[in-house]
Amino acid sequence: MPDHKTLSSYMDLPDEKGHFGIHGGIFASETLMASLEALNEVYQDCFNDAEFVKELDYDLAHYVGRPSPLYLAERWSRELGGAKIFLKREDLNHTGAHKINNTIGQALLAKKMGKTRIIAETGAGQHGVASATVAARLGLECVVYMGAEDIQRQKLNVYRMRLLGAEVRPVESGSKTLKDALNEAMRDWVTNVDDTFYIIGTVAGPHPYPAMVRDFQAIIGREAKQQFAEMEAGLPDALVACVGGGSNAIGLFYPFLNDSSVKIYGVEAAGKGLDSGQHAAPLCAGTVGVLHGNRTYLMDDNDGQIIETHSISAGLDYPGVGPEHAWLKDCGRAEYVAVTDDEALDAFHDLTRIEGIIPALESSHAVAYAKKLAVTMDSSQSIVVNLSGRGDKDIHTVATHEGIEV
Amino acid sequence: MSKISNCFKALQASHKKALIPFITAGDTSTEITLPLMHAMVESGANILELGVPFSDPMADGPIIQKASERALANGMNLEKVFQMVSDFRQKDSQTPIVLMGYLNPIEKMGYKTFAKKAADCGVDGVLTVDLPPEESAGFCQELSNNQLDPIFLIAPTSKPERIKTICEVASGFVYYVSVKGVTGASNLNTDSVAEKLTTIRQSTQLPVGVGFGISDAKSAKQVGALSDAVIVGSALIKIIVENENNQNEAISQVKMLINSMRCALDELP
Repeated sequence: MPDHKTLSSYMDLPDEKGHFGIHGGIFASETLMASLEALNEVYQDCFNDAEFVKELDYDLAHYVGRPSPLYLAERWSRELGGAKIFLKREDLNHTGAHKINNTIGQALLAKKMGKTRIIAETGAGQHGVASATVAARLGLECVVYMGAEDIQRQKLNVYRMRLLGAEVRPVESGSKTLKDALNEAMRDWVTNVDDTFYIIGTVAGPHPYPAMVRDFQAIIGREAKQQFAEMEAGLPDALVACVGGGSNAIGLFYPFLNDSSVKIYGVEAAGKGLDSGQHAAPLCAGTVGVLHGNRTYLMDDNDGQIIETHSISAGLDYPGVGPEHAWLKDCGRAEYVAVTDDEALDAFHDLTRIEGIIPALESSHAVAYAKKLAVTMDSSQSIVVNLSGRGDKDIHTVATHEGIEV
Repeated sequence: MSKISNCFKALQASHKKALIPFITAGDTSTEITLPLMHAMVESGANILELGVPFSDPMADGPIIQKASERALANGMNLEKVFQMVSDFRQKDSQTPIVLMGYLNPIEKMGYKTFAKKAADCGVDGVLTVDLPPEESAGFCQELSNNQLDPIFLIAPTSKPERIKTICEVASGFVYYVSVKGVTGASNLNTDSVAEKLTTIRQSTQLPVGVGFGISDAKSAKQVGALSDAVIVGSALIKIIVENENNQNEAISQVKMLINSMRCALDELP
């Protein structure tokens, strides 16, 4: 097991078995092992395959609309009176979130492997929409598993997926949210492993998913780094991103991991408060365990049963977190904090009114923490916030929360 | 030699197949599990598999998922499972018991504590669905320190090289998952089972049990003709939950099913 103290770089992990320190690995049913191995081979090879890279780059530029802008939120920064805040506008991607960076990549791998059917799990519906979108484009059958409770919370995205030709299967087991959708997608995969490609939407799951999804999302950080250098010269002082499973966060963080002057903050959902027990903050308040194919920080009880999480944002409502984040916490390279539902809602309104940008409730958690952080810094310093998605999908949730009928 | 190995040896000497029923501990009540365990042995079971419920049973179909949910609602946890095994051992010191479940509850308890407590109460083997050999060295060491057999799954998708790796770390028996799918599947194909068992037997002397998709005397006999052991789970749990309000009826119907499978297996040459 590699020790971070002996690593020459924070960017060398995982090891060949998928470990990030004690985290990660492959904890999967035997039936899936052959498929995971096959996927790993194709993934390890894909970035050396000129044809693949060309196709991926083309799709990212012409279909997703990359690069996404880096935007200086001047008015908001001035009002806060601290550091300059830059927003990495992943909300402007096709389908409205960072999720498509990954689904485009995995769908190309599916095609390369000759798979005809795609399955995905979704929480807020953004990953489901991004999967349904690439499936439509490639003419692949697509089934999306979604917790019955999330289907209620995210009706708009459910309809979008259906318009795109995907079948949305409600998951009624357990807590009826993202973790249960993941369980159900795994069961589907075990049953249809020959023709089916499972597009996991976050940096969790058995190896190679955490590394593969990170590599597809790392374009966020690579672009941000270059854009910041062009706009401001040098490096930002801090990065802020929300963490559910952690794909948008690792996408921004990864290319900066070896830049020790850059502080890194991952923001979890504190829900109704870390003390209330009703939250989704395994890095801030969880313990190490094994779920969904990897070892990581989890929210479980004393018997090792996974407990129900709470967040106003469906996309953060998950009891685990990507193993690389667990490792970055352990080795101290990143700091993980949490903001409450109410703080996220305030930030949602702030950004909407002050900058004319409606952020997703997930991203609003990052925005909320940036507010707190900016005022502790001075105007010569800069923060890059990953605005991972747009908030149109959340308008009903916000309105309902505020007692308004739309 | 472990109790599981002895059990298979004795059965093989008398040309009999092992019948291994699976039930979820604490389903549908905490009171029914112990009498069920004894009843299953009386009606012809040779080894008992006791499911330890988990909140996120990824490898299980709806029947065992719901069983886990009911058991958890009844307050089941590892300590209570150990207590049940210990109570069972008051009357039955012979029938091997295998715990089957997921890793996280065991991680939470700690491998060392788990293995010691399991051995102390009379458990003989442990099958952890989401712990492949790659990640199992530390756990297997603790099991072996306590004379517990690590039972591993082999799947239709496992390649010959991998089967070898699995058989090297396994002891007691290996468990062949007869279908690509979750527990309670219904697409059993005995031809492909036969083919895979040939490959498995080239890699190991360990007895081979076959499970997933076996629900009655007929399928038990078909599979028993090929394997050393037949494992039945979902079919039993269905009976138990259908008779949720009548414990005696549940037990008597479980006995009937096990007995019919026993008779069918004993007809094999």
